[in-house]
Amino acid sequence: MTNTIDPLLAHPGQELSANAETARTTLQGMWAVRLFEEAVDSLFARGLMHGTMHLSIGQEASAIGASAALRATDFITSTHRGHGHCIGKGADLTRMMAELLAKQTGYCRGRGGSMHIADAATGNLGANGIVAGGIPIAAGAALAQKMQGKDNVVMCFFGDGATNEGAFHEAVNLAAIWQLPVVFVCENNKYGMSFSTEKSMHVEHVADRAAAYGIPGVRVEGNDADAMYLVCQEAVDRARSGNGPTLVESVTYRWKGHSKSDKNLYRTKEEIEEWRAKDPIVQFENKVIERGVLTREDVDAIAAITRDKIRVAIQEATTAPDSDPAELLSSVFRAVQA
Amino acid sequence: MSNRIITYSEAIREAIGQAMEADPSVFMLGEDIGIYGGAFGVSGDLYHRFGAERIRDTPISELGIVGAAVGAALVGMKPIVEIQFSDFTAQAMDQIVNQAAKIHFMLGGELSVPMVLRAPLGSGTGAAAQHSQSLEAWFAHVPGLKVVMPATAQDAKGLLLSAIDDPNPVIVLEHKLLYKTSGPVTEDAVRTPIGVSHVAKHGKDAVVVATGVMVSRALEAAAILAEKGIDIAVIDVRTLSPLDMGPIEDAARATGRVLLVQEAPKHVGFMAEVSARLAEGRSLYYLDAPIKRLAGLDVPIPYAPQLERSVVPQIDNIVSAVEDLMREP
Repeated sequence: MTNTIDPLLAHPGQELSANAETARTTLQGMWAVRLFEEAVDSLFARGLMHGTMHLSIGQEASAIGASAALRATDFITSTHRGHGHCIGKGADLTRMMAELLAKQTGYCRGRGGSMHIADAATGNLGANGIVAGGIPIAAGAALAQKMQGKDNVVMCFFGDGATNEGAFHEAVNLAAIWQLPVVFVCENNKYGMSFSTEKSMHVEHVADRAAAYGIPGVRVEGNDADAMYLVCQEAVDRARSGNGPTLVESVTYRWKGHSKSDKNLYRTKEEIEEWRAKDPIVQFENKVIERGVLTREDVDAIAAITRDKIRVAIQEATTAPDSDPAELLSSVFRAVQA
Repeated sequence: MSNRIITYSEAIREAIGQAMEADPSVFMLGEDIGIYGGAFGVSGDLYHRFGAERIRDTPISELGIVGAAVGAALVGMKPIVEIQFSDFTAQAMDQIVNQAAKIHFMLGGELSVPMVLRAPLGSGTGAAAQHSQSLEAWFAHVPGLKVVMPATAQDAKGLLLSAIDDPNPVIVLEHKLLYKTSGPVTEDAVRTPIGVSHVAKHGKDAVVVATGVMVSRALEAAAILAEKGIDIAVIDVRTLSPLDMGPIEDAARATGRVLLVQEAPKHVGFMAEVSARLAEGRSLYYLDAPIKRLAGLDVPIPYAPQLERSVVPQIDNIVSAVEDLMREP
């Protein structure tokens, strides 16, 4: 059933924290997610951003560690809580910010907003506002890779809540029977909006559900970027070599509410504090410093540089033209080639 | 190019075969389409010609199947999904409505979903309420979906070929009573353009606008009416979205009398849209009688043959409705 092997023991020396380059990239990615989301949270609070958004602050290691296992030509599907996945796959921060600021230069030209960032150039097939909506799509994209004879892999992100949707079960079954090159990454942050996994499932772990489809299920400490990376790397290798899908359960936690309407009535302050103490960025910084891979000055500089990048992204996005209603009707369909 | 008389079902199979020969990215997926040959026999021998990879049998997972088609379409494939009965699209609506229809627009225009979803609709087979509906208005109401309803064997082939070419999701609703009907069909892969209504018959006294199996019923009604000295035009809408009102407006102006016929329940049906467009436009000034709709009753399709027949328009109902229309002052 669920694989409980400690990935860090199984792959000594291959962790992201083992060398300066990957440690740096990982920290940059995690800081980009954290600071991007803190910035949009603040813009929203100040009335400078409209709509809604779902923040993944606290879950950065999951998105960044998982996507570190991917190649540029691999694909992802993402969720309403998807800023981390987009950044992990290489999205441009200015275009992301422009989208949230309803600008013409945004990834969706202002038509999608936070929940619908897609980027064909980096293989991001789209964040999705429908819980589990991206899971069958990921299976289909993986089917296409197989039929086209390509060795690309699709990484499919979703939350614990999605595993109670029919789409999850149908898509994982398809991927299993067809042995598709897809890695299902369930970010179990303990709550589907307010409903906890203890109440929503009668199995102990999401990863246990893999057994129903005859595929490996692995539970991993999602706040540990190294563990995430190693487990996902193994799953990606399995998928790429034609040995089918894996269900990875990343155990993590969102510090912020589900969305902007959340008053946190369903969980305790103590629980939130307990998870804040497991800050994935602090953990990773401490580890790379302890290992002597980077210095305190190095990690502080990474945070500072990333903070500047976010500032630039906000400046560039703010001055971009607003999205244009004139093109709405002509944008519903792609033009048919004569 | 030469024509032969083949069935509607053979015409669809021929279109799929020609598209698959021409383009390796075209493939088919659905329930029992492989060795079984399809619930209505449409895929037939395609499995033997193209193999299990491209004529891909699936588990009974409509949501998963359509989602897989959406995903494959996003990255360069051209899937043709067969949903065994159009009623079962209800199982797959998230992928059709929230994903396929919206991806191109919502994600900013870089990605698109060149997917075809084929499904048989309609009553007349004694299959009762969950296997007999006409749900075209559901799809036609969603921006981002193209919806076609072929009424002839030639259009079954031609509209499907156009749907496969189209870079957008196209819902092809085939009428299950038409599968075994025959007609002349070009051997070559001749496209019927999407978004063009067709004048199936010219006439000077009234126009009947119809979809699906109601087109052939309207043509049969026209023959009976001709004997009674009433000469009607018949318009085959062919594409519900995007809707071409041109030939409908022209015929309305020329005849002054309009009967709109659909199998689906009348309330909020597709013909309500046609009626509204006529009423909003200047054609209204040319009408000698109020626009009339003949549609299915607002009830689920029942099992018993006499009940089933009484729920949807038959040829004699069309004849009577036209006669009523002619009696309007």
